[in-house]
Amino acid sequence: MQALYAQLLVGLINGSFYALLSLGLAVIFGMLNIINFAHGAVYMMGAFVAYFLLNNAYLSIGYWPALIIAPIVVGIFGMILERTMLQWLAGLDHLYGLLLTFGLALIIQGVFQNYFGSSGLPYAIPDYPTIGGFHGLQGGMNLGFMFLPIYRGWVVIFSLVVCIGTWYLIERTRLGAYLRAATENPTLVRAFGINVPRMITLTYGLGVGLAALAGVLSAPINQVRPLMGENLIIVVFAVVVIGGMGSIMGSIVTGFALGVIEGLTKYFYPEASNTVVFVFMVLVLLVKPTGLTGRAA
Amino acid sequence: MTAMTDDTIRVPPRAMRDEIIAFCAMAGLLAIVPLTGIYPFFVMQALCFALLACAFNLLIGYGGLLSFGHAMFLGTAGYVTAHALKVWAVPPEIGILAGTGAAAALAVITGLVAIRRQGIYFAMITLALSQLLFFVYVQTPFTHGEDGIQGVPQGYLFGIFNLANSTILYYVVLAGFLFGFLVIFRTINSPFGEVLKAVRENEPRAISLGYKTEQYKLLAYILSGTLAGLAGSLKVFVAQNASLTDVEVAMSGQIVLMTLVGGLGTVFGPVVGAFVIIAMQQYLAGFGQWVTVIQGCIFVACVLTFRRGVIGEIAHYFRRSL
Repeated sequence: MQALYAQLLVGLINGSFYALLSLGLAVIFGMLNIINFAHGAVYMMGAFVAYFLLNNAYLSIGYWPALIIAPIVVGIFGMILERTMLQWLAGLDHLYGLLLTFGLALIIQGVFQNYFGSSGLPYAIPDYPTIGGFHGLQGGMNLGFMFLPIYRGWVVIFSLVVCIGTWYLIERTRLGAYLRAATENPTLVRAFGINVPRMITLTYGLGVGLAALAGVLSAPINQVRPLMGENLIIVVFAVVVIGGMGSIMGSIVTGFALGVIEGLTKYFYPEASNTVVFVFMVLVLLVKPTGLTGRAA
Repeated sequence: MTAMTDDTIRVPPRAMRDEIIAFCAMAGLLAIVPLTGIYPFFVMQALCFALLACAFNLLIGYGGLLSFGHAMFLGTAGYVTAHALKVWAVPPEIGILAGTGAAAALAVITGLVAIRRQGIYFAMITLALSQLLFFVYVQTPFTHGEDGIQGVPQGYLFGIFNLANSTILYYVVLAGFLFGFLVIFRTINSPFGEVLKAVRENEPRAISLGYKTEQYKLLAYILSGTLAGLAGSLKVFVAQNASLTDVEVAMSGQIVLMTLVGGLGTVFGPVVGAFVIIAMQQYLAGFGQWVTVIQGCIFVACVLTFRRGVIGEIAHYFRRSL
């Protein structure tokens, strides 16, 4: 039973990454109509920025500030990409957006591979602040039925909070209302005096920032390496196909659910753990081609 | 309505003649390669990829379906052919048939799933399916995992032609390429091809005209996958191995890149694109990992400034269809 709970936890953690990444993809897709193939690369950049912040002799900024700084830095990088390249694709077949971002992913990952090789760089679990008997997020606690490493529990809860926060921002605030309106009819929203191009840039920054945040969260669990996003992003694409990207909540729920399904498979039938999400995708497509929460078209 | 149709699907009167002249020039040039002293291995490899890119282009250029998993056909056909030749010791022609047949079967199965969504969703589904297959091939014993199937015997085609002789092998690969190319050429200039183009331009209208567009797309997908499989089978004879690199996502990306550089939806673009990219890999090998970065830059440059590709630009300049 211990192993089952452990796998469930791993599943929930992977689910957090799936949810954060597919959420960012959904946000970007909503505004730019682009499937951001570079999403895995910016996820990796998030982890690397955190690594630099920690290991640069002049900065040596730890985990907590990195959690805020890394998404902002990578988000600004994303906004530059949007301003200099992606905006020129507006109005074209959206396949071109996919191809452009694929090229960007090759460039980013290639550059990092050249400088850091393919092996992983370690990132320690933060040991501050010390509260009670706990040193930051190190160590773990005994829940009776299982041993819970604190950091892993933190990842699940924190990403859940971020996901719900993003959902609230888009579905329940005025800014989100503008955003959704601009997705439906940009010309009309512009007529109200809202700067839609700037909003698109900020949205891309937000989506990229979410990916970077996932990268920082994953740095202490998975090693920081240039190709850490490459295989992950394909699974996230499958998650997106399954969820249908129709709603923000849909991406969050599907992301976590598929992580758990993957965890359960790892326990009951490990051979299929790499493929179960894809098999699930096939099954969903056969029954409901639009995905679980997807709209038609 | 008529004006719009004329604008979107422009068919110049001399199109067919231009294309046939270009085809004869291409076939002629390729036929004299062994006499010129050019390294035949390079050209053979490029021909395999050219066929692969042409098959891919049939789907994107004429059906509007971007497959991001075409490497799965290349890899599957390669593994089956290599396994058949090495373990079952079948003659080459049976090996090619087995590999191509396996790719066709895979195309039928994956097509039935992938064709249910369009556009970027289609791209993501094909990508996910090829990744699924990649993990399967990593685990199944017959592919030998990371090692791949090495040292595949080439044998005698029809019991006569010794494929270990590089000149004979060259002409066999060339024949395979020209066969596949002509099949594609015939397809896009047939009524079937016209319907496919109509589906690409405006699917709802094609449906309202009474065409079962799903079937047309599926058929195009199967044809494309089968010919990509033929390329994979031929490649085994050239490289004498089948390995995981042929099933990887990176390979699918390369196929897209070749077609994009040459020109999406042009008849000869994928061939030119394949030669450009393979030559680039050959001559830039010294740069190591930087090749990936260079390829990424080409991707970005093509999408931002050069969307018609090499052949597309030439055809546009001369107002011809190529």
